[in-house]
Amino acid sequence: MAGKFQGIDFYDVDSLLSEEERMIRDTVREWVEERVMPIIGKAYIDRRFPKELIPELGEMGMLGPTLPEEYGCAGLNNVAYGLICQELERGDSGIRSFASVQGALVMYPLLTFGSDEHKQEWLPKLATGEKIGCFGLSEPDYGSNPGGMITTAKKTDDGWLLNGVKMWITNGSMADVAIIWAQTGEIGDTDAIRGFVVPTDVDGFTARDQKGKLSLLASDTSELHLEDIHLPDSALLPESGGLKSPLMCLTQARFGITFGAVGAAMACFDEARSYSKQRLMFGKPIGGKQIQQIRLADMLTSITQAQLLCLQLAKLKDAGTMTPQQVSLAKRANVNMACDIAREARRLLGANGILVEYHSMRHMANLESVYTYEGTHDIHGLILGQAVTGIAAY
Amino acid sequence: MEYVSLDIIVCLKRVPDTETRVRFSDGATAIEPEGVKYIVSPYDEFALEAALRTTEAGEEGQVTVMTLGNEDSQETLRVALAAGADQAVLLRVQGSVTMDGLATAKALAAELETREDQLVLFGVKAADDDQQQVGPMVATLLGRPCASNVTSFEVNGGVIRCNRGVEGGTEVVEMDLPAVVTLTKGAFELRYPSLKGIMAAKRKPLDVKDADLPASRLVVQRLDYPPERAEGRILGEGAEAVPELVRLLRDEANVL
Ligand SMILES: Cc1cc2nc3c(=O)[nH]c(=O)nc-3n(C[C@H](O)[C@H](O)[C@H](O)COP(=O)(O)OP(=O)(O)OC[C@H]3O[C@@H](n4cnc5c(N)ncnc54)[C@H](O)[C@@H]3O)c2cc1C
Repeated sequence: MAGKFQGIDFYDVDSLLSEEERMIRDTVREWVEERVMPIIGKAYIDRRFPKELIPELGEMGMLGPTLPEEYGCAGLNNVAYGLICQELERGDSGIRSFASVQGALVMYPLLTFGSDEHKQEWLPKLATGEKIGCFGLSEPDYGSNPGGMITTAKKTDDGWLLNGVKMWITNGSMADVAIIWAQTGEIGDTDAIRGFVVPTDVDGFTARDQKGKLSLLASDTSELHLEDIHLPDSALLPESGGLKSPLMCLTQARFGITFGAVGAAMACFDEARSYSKQRLMFGKPIGGKQIQQIRLADMLTSITQAQLLCLQLAKLKDAGTMTPQQVSLAKRANVNMACDIAREARRLLGANGILVEYHSMRHMANLESVYTYEGTHDIHGLILGQAVTGIAAY
Repeated sequence: MEYVSLDIIVCLKRVPDTETRVRFSDGATAIEPEGVKYIVSPYDEFALEAALRTTEAGEEGQVTVMTLGNEDSQETLRVALAAGADQAVLLRVQGSVTMDGLATAKALAAELETREDQLVLFGVKAADDDQQQVGPMVATLLGRPCASNVTSFEVNGGVIRCNRGVEGGTEVVEMDLPAVVTLTKGAFELRYPSLKGIMAAKRKPLDVKDADLPASRLVVQRLDYPPERAEGRILGEGAEAVPELVRLLRDEANVL
């Protein structure tokens, strides 16, 4: 087994970080080492999100870390936020997904589109992890094309009537509150899509655990059934308007994923390198063979490139100039990189590589979800294609 | 427990991460600093946690952390500030800290004498040098009572009641404040600093003073690596191997 994880820093990327950013990274790294690593394999096999980690995730400030201190959050910059995601996903994509959904897909829209009451009621408790949130955008027939959604919110005299089905919803069964995106006008009118704050104990709300997953097993993925849910007017996120609102949330979460992918890749590389030095075959460590060295060299190269890519992205985000297309490029490139590295690491480990005692195959399987959610690899390619040609090809 | 208000100072040391594989060249008297990650000595972490918990239950208590070390030790103090200490003092030395416990204790005691803290906490030993000298020596120099190897304590109206780990059990001792205590593993596992705490650490006061460090009278002559672990031996299988195993454990390993 590998020793204590030290990260990968071939290009002295650390020198581009502030002392606080490094300390935050190291603190989360240590927490993952001590709290996540000992339990994650079993949680994965048991197909269970390790809920017992939530209070500490909250206490330390890893839920909505960039939100302002007035809501109990840490008010961190985006470099620090990215590094938190990197370290969490070094443990498992399911842990990072939990934090991404809570922070970027639930707390962020409440802060950005919510009323004062929404913020006061939910943000402090979501920050501590006392309450859990989920984000319902995707539907069985509207994944890559959420603008076509058929979940509807119809105006009534005293509020809204919500109907529809949301699918693949992370944290769905555990959630106390769901941010639900629904069509308030004609189907297909993307300007009429609005967000609603739905407490999950309302009549008509049911969550069903998604059975049969082979990826992201240490994560709650659920289907939400919304049947004649009566909501008061105050449930509407007043500042939400059109499909661009949920897409703004996704930009926040995708940004975190660009770092998370680097974390997962580092975990696999670290494991592969350490294994290659210990595993003797034909009387020598396999790390002394040219094929494995090239494999490791390729991994190191891609990780270093990805690391620099997302760090610059974070600096752009902190400067306020980051574009969604830049996020698309990094999400697509970094997650693809991580998928490749996880698979190569798994292969280097031979038969041991298929065991849960090692981490590469767990990451490899997880990363297939990461490749698909938050905009598939292909869709981000189309976003970039449109950015460079001006022609939409969806 | 009654509410107390008292100021506590925790003396802590910057040491190589216990997970680091240290390296030194032939004839060297110190390890090579390259690639070494430094941490707060784990025993000092217990002391820090003990201090934080004591003042959290109290009203006006301030926790100060102090280290004798080079400029890089500021980073170590920031870690303690991030975990919740209120202020820090660096007694700065040029180069590296001495191995001479008495020299270190004198430098610390000189500073402590100028301060009003009622309780001075140490780790029972530094995780790198393992000397176990400095805490009790400081107590002697200050003329204060000292309890060492303490696993937990409670402060109550000017009296500290400590549980000491002793062979086969626990010894409970009481001392009047001001006093000195050295902590070992027990009730006080250091919390994770909150990310907000890390951001706040930069804004907390960190006082840098040049240390008055007496010359070292203990001089390191040499460092040796531990002997290579010999390869395992298979003596046979099942009951037949037992007599030979017992003989080797008695005659070679000297453990029986
Ligand atoms: C584990 C997990 C967790 C998730 N969590 C959430 C969540 O919390 N909230 C939420 O709302 N959603 C969530 N999702 C849903 C996720 O965002 C969608 O699965 C994703 O957007 C893809 O949609 P789809 O599965 O319907 O695939 P489809 O859109 O049907 O795509 C199928 C294939 O077709 C390709 N494709 C689609 N359109 C085009 C095109 N125009 N041109 C070329 N190729 C195309 C895709 O790239 C893909 O390869 C989650 C998904 C997973 C797997």
